[in-house]
This record gives sequence, structure tokens and C-alpha cells, in this order.
Amino acid sequence: MKILVCVKQVPDMESRFKPDGSGTWFEEADLAFRMNEYDEYAVEQAVQLKEQLGNEPEVTVLSIGPDRVNEAIKKALAMGCDRGAHIQDPAPQGKDPWQIASIITQFAQGEGFDLIFTGMQSQDRGSAQVGVLVAELLGFACATTLVGFAYADGVITAKRELEGGIKGIAKLRLPAVVTCQLGLNIPRYPTLPNIMKAKKKEILAIPVADLLKEEAVASTARFYPPARKGGGIVLEGDVGNLVEQLYGILKEKTTVLR
Amino acid sequence: MKALLVCEYREGKLLDSTYELLAFADRLGAEKAMFLIGSDSALPACSTTVYLADAAKHGEYNPDVHKKLVLDAAQRENADCIVFVHSSYGWDLAPRVAAALRAGQVSEIVGIVDGGYEVGCCNAKMRRTVVPKSGKAVLTIQAGAFSSSDTPQGTPRVERIDTADGASPMEFVGYEPAEKKDVDLTRAEVIVSAGRGVGKKDNIPTIEALAKALGGELGASRPVVDAGWVDHSHQVGTTGQSVSPKLYVACGISGAIQHLAGMKKSDFVVAINKDKDAPIGEVADVLVVADVMQFVPALTAKLQ
Repeated sequence: MKILVCVKQVPDMESRFKPDGSGTWFEEADLAFRMNEYDEYAVEQAVQLKEQLGNEPEVTVLSIGPDRVNEAIKKALAMGCDRGAHIQDPAPQGKDPWQIASIITQFAQGEGFDLIFTGMQSQDRGSAQVGVLVAELLGFACATTLVGFAYADGVITAKRELEGGIKGIAKLRLPAVVTCQLGLNIPRYPTLPNIMKAKKKEILAIPVADLLKEEAVASTARFYPPARKGGGIVLEGDVGNLVEQLYGILKEKTTVLR
Repeated sequence: MKALLVCEYREGKLLDSTYELLAFADRLGAEKAMFLIGSDSALPACSTTVYLADAAKHGEYNPDVHKKLVLDAAQRENADCIVFVHSSYGWDLAPRVAAALRAGQVSEIVGIVDGGYEVGCCNAKMRRTVVPKSGKAVLTIQAGAFSSSDTPQGTPRVERIDTADGASPMEFVGYEPAEKKDVDLTRAEVIVSAGRGVGKKDNIPTIEALAKALGGELGASRPVVDAGWVDHSHQVGTTGQSVSPKLYVACGISGAIQHLAGMKKSDFVVAINKDKDAPIGEVADVLVVADVMQFVPALTAKLQ
């Protein structure tokens, strides 16, 4: 079995974002990048499946972006993936989900993957499209938003998270793409020996121009902070004063203090 | 512009989000037609055409077949855009339709702005204006972002659609009901919720103590539940409970949209967060900019 995991590197969401010179995405300077949280669950599930099948499957981890995305690839290798594929693109943010999916598809077509894992969405763009588009372009089965995954004899039993705590159960035959929701598993921390071992693993470097054959079908015109709705009071300063101020407000505006 | 609105149907019922699609299309100034894989006994109240396929035959979740039916209706209607709710049904089906049409998709629209659609990004901290560049577009709208005060009324004209091609590499097995709740947050007058900003599991009792001092219940955001710090029965948000207490105190919760959707009907919201820009500030009546683990014990002491 051949498995692919697609990961994205995103900024730490605790960061303060400001528009870049083009006004269509964030300024990267001063931001710390990490693996998209949803994709950590995808890596973990792929590695768990490899272990379940006696380490027979080969797991490839792919990421598109500038050189910094090698950090996300190396983390996935240290978690247990076998080899990396770095699609070198200095400006992936200028490509829409359709183009990103087409790039992954071009790579995957030559490789003969049976199963592709990815996060259900990215934390920065959050369009929740790429995984499903890849499945459609490859003609694979697809299930999204997994909070449960089991595999036996070529069939995946997927537990999808629906609204209000309800789950939907579906069975998929390989080849398939599954997209992972938070809480699917407990992603492992790479151990020091595994980090050392990962340094010896192969990372392919492929220029994005070799794989990009599609025009964009959507574009970002502007990136900006939300309009503040106003009305809310912002309290700042010494903790003791803050407590007194909030206590006063709760007494005046609510009926919960008796 | 013509919009085909894809309704949702689950466990034999039409979902209310149907009417959010109508409200969105009205805001867009589009001609409307609806699409439903459901039944004659659960039609939307509206005066448009409804393309109706039988859920008993095609299933409630069967994306490969549902895709074909949506494409058929879109073609018959000559729709310029196909609109879904950004839900577990919509975000699963919409890209399949977009791929078949090679159409641009805009996900989780929160507003219509000059020249495009407004969507959230960077964990709802920022916004983007996205413009489809294809002739036809696929759109998903954020749950709760578009609503109408009008009571839905009317009787739709039903156009039946069907397909003989039921081939799919997927088989829907069934639903698993939500876990039984040992805490009913929907009845609580005060909820004090813990988010990732509380730092670690050992700090949860500090948040619980504030809840107790205010005579309320402990709530939690999704990351805290996923990390195992708090039981799922306390989770507030789209996949947890939707609450409307008199007072909601969000401790170290950044305010992901899924959480906001579950608590924005609260009468009064206090957010305690060290990040002044956290999206929770948008729904908070009071935002206290402070370290949760310093502020919360001090407030609890004051209340006692």
C-alpha cells in the first residue's frame, strides 16, 4: 500500500496579522510557522495505519511552499512518515484551492497512491476544498471531517462529525481520500531519536512549475481585519482594578450577582 | 443572476438552514430555485421551484450520487451559482460539484461586498474578499450569517429529478446519536467556559471555582475537550451544545466561529483574554485584557 499525506505550513494563529504589500494576504515577517493543526491528525492517522499493517505501507508527506515548509515535512518524517516531497513554490498563497489540488493531483498520478490523508481545512485560508478536489480529480472515493477511522481488507470505516454531536458512519473502498477533523486521534510528539532518524530520510524537491497545469478559478481581491462591531467595553490594566471594574459592570448590567 | 440553493435533509427532516439560503439569495438579488433530496412531506415553505429527488432512493448522505443530481438541476435551471450551507453536508458536496463544473468555489461566505464575497480567514481573525473567475460559481455560506425576519411561506412548484446511476465507492451505514449529556448547559443561567488559553488541565479547577462562585456551570471550547481537559458534555459550540445563559464568561477562548455559533445568543458576554485582537472580542460586551490565571482567581475571591 502507498499512502500520501498532504500537509500545509501555517502561521501560529495567536499571531497578530497585517496585510502585506499586495493587500491580498498577510505579511510573513515576524510570523512563526507550524504544521496546520488539522494536518497533524492526518499524519498521525497515516502512521497509525502503517503500524497496523506491520510497517508495510510507504508513507509520503507532501507540502507546497517556500523552503520554510521543509520544517513541517521534517516534523512529519519524525512522526513516522518515510519520505518527503517538497513542491517548491515561493508564493502558494497566490494560487486558489483548485490549482493547489491540481498540483497535488499531478504529483499523485505518477505515484500510484492507494490512500491520501489530509486535514479537513487549513487554519489560515480555511476553504475546506483541497482534499475533496484532489479526490474528484483522481476519481477516488472521499469522506470529510473524520473523527473516527478504521481500516480492514481494502475498506475504510469512516466516522464523520455532523452538527450537534451526531456522527455519520460510511464505508469507503480504496483508493480514497479522507480529510481529518480535530480530535481524530492524539498526534504523537516526535522523539529525539526519531528526529535524528528523520534527518536521513529522503525529501524530493520538485519545482511547482513542473506540476502546475491549471489556471485559477477564484482569486483574493483583498485581505483585511474585520470591522469591529463596537459596543463592547475593553478593560486593560492592573488585575486588582480590572476585578473591581468588572464586578461593578456585572452588578449594574446583569442580574446574576445577588 | 440565477441561484440554485441546495437544501439539507437529515433523519427525515428538512433543516432550517434552508431559509438562510433563501435570505442569502435575496441579499444577492438573485432569481431562486431550490434543490432538495428529501421527500414530499418535508418541502420548504417558499414560492420557487424545488427540484426534488427522493431521499428514500438516493440516501441522505451519498455524495457521488447527490453530485450528479445537483449537476442535473443546475443544468436544467441554467444556474449561475450553486449555493450550499457551509456544513458537514455542504463542505463535503460543494467541491465535488465545483470540480465537475471547473467552477470557482468561495467557502464560508459571511457577507456580500463590492466586487466579491467576504469570508473569514486566520481562525476568524481576518477577512478576505474572494472573487470567482469562472462563468459559474459554487458558494457555501456560513451557518447563521444570513437570516431573514420574514416568516417563510408559500408552496413550491415541484420538479422531480432522478438518476438511474447509483454507482458509488461509498456506502452510508447510518447515524450515531450524540452522547448523552450529564450536564444540561442549555438551562444554565451562568456559564464560565475554559479555552486553550487556560494553559493546562491542572488549571481547569480554577475556572470551575469561578463558575461555582457565580452559581453557574463549567463550559469548554473544542480544543480543551479534544485535549481531554474537560468532558465532551461541557462543550459549547456547533458540535457541542448551543447555549443562551444570562451571563457567559469566556476564559482564554479565542473565539473560533464554531464556538461563537454556540454562545452568541447569551444575554451578556464577558471575555478574558490576553490577546486584544481575539475574535471573541467581537461578541463580548466586556473584554478584559489579562492573563486568565491571574484574573480569574482574583475575581473568584472578590465574589466570595
